Amino acid sequence: MSLLEITDLSMSICGLEILKRVSLNVGPGEIVAVTGESGSGKSMTALAVMQLLPDLARCCGAVRLDGTDLLAATEPELCAIRGRSVGMVFQEPTTALNPVRTIGDQVAETVLVHGAMRPEQARERARDVLDRVGLPADRFAMSRYPHELSGGQRQRVVIAMAIALQPKMLIADEPTTALDVTTQAQILDLLKGLVADYGMGLLMITHDLAVVADMADRIVVMRNGEVVESGATRDLLAGMRHPYTRMLFEASDHQVALPEPPAPQPLLQVRGAVRDYRLPRTKLFADPGHFRAVDDVSFALNRGERLGLVGESGCGKSTLTRAILGLEPVQSGQILLDGEPVFSGRRPNLSVRRKMQVVFQDPFGSFNPRHRVDRLITEPFHLLDTPPKGAARRDAIAAALSAVGLKPGDATRYIHEFSGGQRQRIAIARALIVRPELILFDEAVSALDVSVRARILDLLAELCRTYDLTYLFISHDLSVVRSVTDRVLVMQAGRIVEQGETRAVFDAPKHPYTRSLIAAAPRLPDLASLRRTPDHV
Amino acid sequence: MLRYSIKRLMSLAISLAVASLVIFLVIEVAPGDPASYMLGINAQPDTVAALRAELGLDVSRPVRYLAWVGGMLSGDFGTSYTYRTPVAGMIGDRLWVSLPLALLALMLSTLIAFPAGIYAAARRGRPGDVSVMGATQLGIAVPNFWFAMMLVLIFAVDLRWFRAGGFAGWDKGFWVAMHSLTLPAISLALPQAAILTRVMRSALLDILGEDFMRTARAKGLSRRQTLWRHGVRNALIPVLTIIGLQFSFLLAGSIIIEQVFNLPGLGRLVFQSISSRDLIVVESVVMLLVFAVIVVNFLVDLAYAAVDPRLRART
Repeated sequence: MSLLEITDLSMSICGLEILKRVSLNVGPGEIVAVTGESGSGKSMTALAVMQLLPDLARCCGAVRLDGTDLLAATEPELCAIRGRSVGMVFQEPTTALNPVRTIGDQVAETVLVHGAMRPEQARERARDVLDRVGLPADRFAMSRYPHELSGGQRQRVVIAMAIALQPKMLIADEPTTALDVTTQAQILDLLKGLVADYGMGLLMITHDLAVVADMADRIVVMRNGEVVESGATRDLLAGMRHPYTRMLFEASDHQVALPEPPAPQPLLQVRGAVRDYRLPRTKLFADPGHFRAVDDVSFALNRGERLGLVGESGCGKSTLTRAILGLEPVQSGQILLDGEPVFSGRRPNLSVRRKMQVVFQDPFGSFNPRHRVDRLITEPFHLLDTPPKGAARRDAIAAALSAVGLKPGDATRYIHEFSGGQRQRIAIARALIVRPELILFDEAVSALDVSVRARILDLLAELCRTYDLTYLFISHDLSVVRSVTDRVLVMQAGRIVEQGETRAVFDAPKHPYTRSLIAAAPRLPDLASLRRTPDHV
Repeated sequence: MLRYSIKRLMSLAISLAVASLVIFLVIEVAPGDPASYMLGINAQPDTVAALRAELGLDVSRPVRYLAWVGGMLSGDFGTSYTYRTPVAGMIGDRLWVSLPLALLALMLSTLIAFPAGIYAAARRGRPGDVSVMGATQLGIAVPNFWFAMMLVLIFAVDLRWFRAGGFAGWDKGFWVAMHSLTLPAISLALPQAAILTRVMRSALLDILGEDFMRTARAKGLSRRQTLWRHGVRNALIPVLTIIGLQFSFLLAGSIIIEQVFNLPGLGRLVFQSISSRDLIVVESVVMLLVFAVIVVNFLVDLAYAAVDPRLRART
């Protein structure tokens, strides 16, 4: 018998259908992954099991946990079930913990709120669970606060809270999306280990097919609130009967054809760049310490070349980007674009600055919501001595919008009228409009769904052909970097530990750090080999 | 936490030093000579000079500044130009009215605002919330002296529970004195409570949307438990800021209420000494108020750190 049975679950908010007749089962000790793009209803399915839906949500159908119908349960009954019979892990570990209470208190609270144990025992249990999730007592005392822990460690605390009472069922909503690849691998291992040890059922929500393929027993693919396909992982991937599943799979591993780069001719030169941040003083008159975010970094970027920069969070990628843009000075070394320093005197060198543009990660936060698109994308014009006016300006706007696949008529619309992918196109149009010699893409596709991401990557390849783009592509996503760059830099703790031809670095990494990054990155299975051996192994 | 406190204490000392200098200079710059003011327009120049010497106005500014600061540190605030009595005594008497009044009003406003704000946040958009918000709108819009007059009409004139004005004095006993401060404190507290309720409500609503509140619900806490165990403490930071600002206001800004209830408080003292150009009293009272504001800020900083561990770490 299944532990969790969702049968024909439909849900609507104010008449808007969010879920349509969703059915899925999770058995004890089984890992079921629900995957799909944003808006597919996968998170809502998870919240429906917890009955933590928005106030106006109306459900019908049935959600049975161990025989109890959760849709019919009263709120006090649900409170007794949540945390005890079913635990939940969320996406964003940095905000999932209460910042003003210790981790010990928060883990023990799960036990105490269900009255399962006396306070001393609850604290002992909290200690045991923290040990179990990989936070040993000597380094992670119960009295520590969330802000003293890293993202991965906080996610372990969240997992500890969810499993403190050993629930039969665990729900994980994008548990590793906000984490680095090596941390992601550790957290996924932890979850697998917990399922094996406790015989829990795990319902895992994720957009990442590679993660799913690696650990799920069964996969449920959702789109627009409906289940389009489900089945045992191996069968589903080998068969992929629904076109949407095939599209997801192909988009996840999308390869683009870049034109050949022209003969090497240096455009950007970074020589021995060092960026120090002052730390707060620890003693009144002692020298304040320094944190070296970028440590003696040297590389060259040739005209027409596509260079990748990979590394985990905190490795100095963003700091290096800011230094290249001339937004911050470097403490030693040189950053030259076309032979001229990007930062001169005490401010950015404007004559160089106009040759560079940047596209940021967040398609929602990087536009002023009160400006129209034409004003947004012409912002870089202030860098020019004689910005185009009148008809020339209109032509420039139309050309930039057409280049990124939008209509010239979109110029008079506001940013909220566009989807995430369209906004990222507008961000690229904004970068293109002054015909810069270099564009920096700072995690520019990381917030996008796989299908949207694939189309943006296609757009990049196309722009490379028409505009001879030179870019620095900064990302934590190895598969994307592999697809859209000629050469790659691997950064760790402020240093470039390895650089070379992208293909060569990925196929035969020399530095141990590069090797560990590549090993930790989840990979889509090779379909050909899956199909050759259709039987369960 | 200790390092944090020491740092705050140091910044407190620096702020006080800067504030004293600014107050001294501003009052020096203000036109009008206290000596000639006291003697009237027909005074002889040598009489004025003699009085200036007596008042200590004839020495250089730095010396006068140091003498003033030094005097304050030893509890000597100088002698009032008008009343010819020690300023310290005058301020002391008034402080014994204003300080208890401010504390009482603050206590009342907090006692009203916390439950009201939490209640409104928990019932967002429902009738309970709407009526609390309506009441706070009224509390903000209506001036406190109107409340004061209404309270006098109802509780002093009609019901005769309280006296209409005046201060009984602490020598008549604690409760008698408190009794005469009750109506003024309520009229001071109502508008403050209205503001604080709104701050509490909106701070809590912000917190209710946080991820960790959902995490708490996923652990099995009910809505009410989540609100009390995880919400209130996180909402306290903005609320503490407002409480600090309100206390400073209550201490010095109660002049109208003092007038309505005929209370011998600091507000009226400042008003009287400004009109009679009794600069030494003005200087001292302003310095005292600045001291109170800075000390309250210091206490609020300590309270922040007690509430939020992230501030303790940031030394």
